[in-house]
Amino acid sequence: MIAFWLVILAVSMLIYVLLDGFDLGVGMLFGLARTEQPRLSMMSAVAPIWDGNETWLVVAGVILFGAFPLVYSTLMSAFYLPVLLMLAGLILRGVAFEFRHQAKRTRWVWGASFAAGSFVAAFMQGVMVGALVEGLPLSGGRYVGGTLGWLGPFALLCGFGLCVGYALLGACWLVRKCEGEVRAAAYRLIPPLSVAVLGFVIIVFGVALEEHLLILNRWLERPYLLICPVIAAGAAIILAVSVRRRRDGPPFYMAALTFAAAFGALAISFWPYMIPFSITIDEAAAPRASLAFMLWAGVFVFPLMLIYTATSLTVFRGKVATATDHY
Amino acid sequence: MAVSALLLSRLQFAFTVSFHIIFPSFSIGLAMWLTVLEALHLASGHQAYRVLFEFWLKIFGVAFGLGVVSGIVMAFQFGTNWSELSRISGPIQGPLLSYETFTAFALEAAFFGILMFGRSRVRPWFYLFSTAMVALGTTLSAFWIMVNNSWMQVPVGYALEHGTFVPTDWFKILFSPVVWVRFPHMLLAAYLTGAFCVAATGAWYALRGRFTAESRIMLRMGLYLAAILLPLQLVFGHLNGEYIHDDQPAKFAAVEGRWHDEQPAAEVLFAIPDPARERNRFAISIPVLGSIVGGMSLDSKEIGLTDFAAADRPPVLIPFFAFRVMVGCWLIMLVVAGAGAYLAAKGRLERNRPLLWLTFSSFGLPFIAILTGWFTAEVGRQPWVVYGVVRTADAITPFLTARAAAISLVVYCAIYTFIFTFGTAYIYRLLRDGPAAPRALPPPAVVPHLLTSVSDERHMADVLRAPAGGQP
Repeated sequence: MIAFWLVILAVSMLIYVLLDGFDLGVGMLFGLARTEQPRLSMMSAVAPIWDGNETWLVVAGVILFGAFPLVYSTLMSAFYLPVLLMLAGLILRGVAFEFRHQAKRTRWVWGASFAAGSFVAAFMQGVMVGALVEGLPLSGGRYVGGTLGWLGPFALLCGFGLCVGYALLGACWLVRKCEGEVRAAAYRLIPPLSVAVLGFVIIVFGVALEEHLLILNRWLERPYLLICPVIAAGAAIILAVSVRRRRDGPPFYMAALTFAAAFGALAISFWPYMIPFSITIDEAAAPRASLAFMLWAGVFVFPLMLIYTATSLTVFRGKVATATDHY
Repeated sequence: MAVSALLLSRLQFAFTVSFHIIFPSFSIGLAMWLTVLEALHLASGHQAYRVLFEFWLKIFGVAFGLGVVSGIVMAFQFGTNWSELSRISGPIQGPLLSYETFTAFALEAAFFGILMFGRSRVRPWFYLFSTAMVALGTTLSAFWIMVNNSWMQVPVGYALEHGTFVPTDWFKILFSPVVWVRFPHMLLAAYLTGAFCVAATGAWYALRGRFTAESRIMLRMGLYLAAILLPLQLVFGHLNGEYIHDDQPAKFAAVEGRWHDEQPAAEVLFAIPDPARERNRFAISIPVLGSIVGGMSLDSKEIGLTDFAAADRPPVLIPFFAFRVMVGCWLIMLVVAGAGAYLAAKGRLERNRPLLWLTFSSFGLPFIAILTGWFTAEVGRQPWVVYGVVRTADAITPFLTARAAAISLVVYCAIYTFIFTFGTAYIYRLLRDGPAAPRALPPPAVVPHLLTSVSDERHMADVLRAPAGGQP
């Protein structure tokens, strides 16, 4: 039962990272567009689905709350300020979709809040993952790091890294969804963003080696983890080829596969801990009665949620029609 | 330090949840109204329904967006500020909130996209289905939130092991009688909110002599519905009072403004409670009525606040006044809806400008009633977060500093004020401009047809089925 909820949690988090990853990425790239026409296309490329994408964050959050309450209460309280800033970013970018459409003179305010909110939310997610990898100060299962215990160069580095990664996902999404100017600009952005992501991965490994992060031992103990970088490398090659040939479909899938490989590597490195190296999965799990009650939701409703998401993505498949698609 | 972090966290929770509840209570009713309009339009082909649908959809879009973003905050705030509560009661509250997300949020979010952007991409019946699914989603969300909150009000079906709650009987938790009086109470409140907003908008147009056909529909549907639901709400309000009387006697005494045991008890209509002296000033009360309300008898003994140790009493002023404001709102709404429905049935409503003014200006009443109702319920539950088991003071994140709590409170206040100001301004502008404004029209493919008053349903359906212009 614990394993079941662990899988559901991991799947939800991966779906979140891939789906909200691309729309946060589009949000950040939105800041680069200079005129109204491309901005409208970019917003239309995510407007009908962003809400569904973001729901997966709440899904992951409540699974954590219900199935692993100890981890939920520890992480949320330890990450007090990063969670606050992430939520502030998500609020400002979430309202931007409707508000920008309604606004007349203040349209620029919501454009700015869309781009800045996306950046802050993505950055804070990266910071939290980084702090978790580096190891949060915990003692006896309680967080003891104070208000800024999560802050450090490694966490900030991961913050920027995730932003670049999301921007790459976003650019690949725009290639799929847009035409003309936006598509061309996105194609130009993919190579530098890919190089930046690769550079980030190398730096992270360098820092991890330098600081002797415990998590690195996992890679020696579990050599099968190496399959993840191999998959990522394969995906990167196909990405490069399809970008070169201007094939609109594959880049997003390949960028997503790279993300999935990185996510898998991280998840397997954490095992059997949920908060490395102080709270294990078994310690964190809710009582059996809670997990059993949630099982109904997991077995019967979770597949429905996948269907809703798929339905929504299918209805809004294909290229967006610039400017005419909003209402 | 600890005290101020506690106070700031409580203020923050009160502020964020009060802000949040405004939008779901609006959108639950509105989603249902949209479903009815779309169904009526498909069934009758009457254009006014479609015009109204497109019009209210814009407003729904803005309100729903504000509800979504402010709701995400709630999902995380349990952990950030109330980590002890989420650790202790996570095994019960976590699964309930999981069910909310699983059954409601995903449904809402996916079909909301289709509702806002997908009319040209799906068949009419699927569009209606999507509207209904959004309405179902908002209702399910309210259900799980009421289960969760009712468990905090009257915890059942649990055992305490190693200081944490362990669920022993989910059936008791889900089918607690408390849930089944509070959920309908909230749902009715949401429908009343929708009904009054719709009727008030209709009244506004009637006063300005614009959009006559749409205004007629809005006034009638809104006022008739409200006139039916308001008496029903009294029944559920009374049932809520019964559970409070039986399960939360201290809250009941605070709401009643009763300081000492009385037999038979009087009912305080109005007073200024004086907590320092443990008595009421300027009290207007009716003898014996308190026993009738509380115990359904002429001579039941009703207990007073002084029966409880000072540390176990809720604050008196907020529940006492909030409750009276809520009931006052109900009473005004009843008069407006009753008189309005009567005049509408007689066909004289549009000529009665005072009543139109009254209807127009009462759009805020359901919101005030919902907020004050929640203040009564939540402040009256104090000093407990899980009634009788966990104190609010013990639920807070132990290491939370006053400075961090102050930062987050300021950030939330600033952001919410900012988005609320613009959000209400946009909703106001949409309402002011009305249904036929050029901005408020559906995709270009449908526009030419919509502007004519011919209701050729088959043609309409064909237009809707075809992809919008420029779609590959």
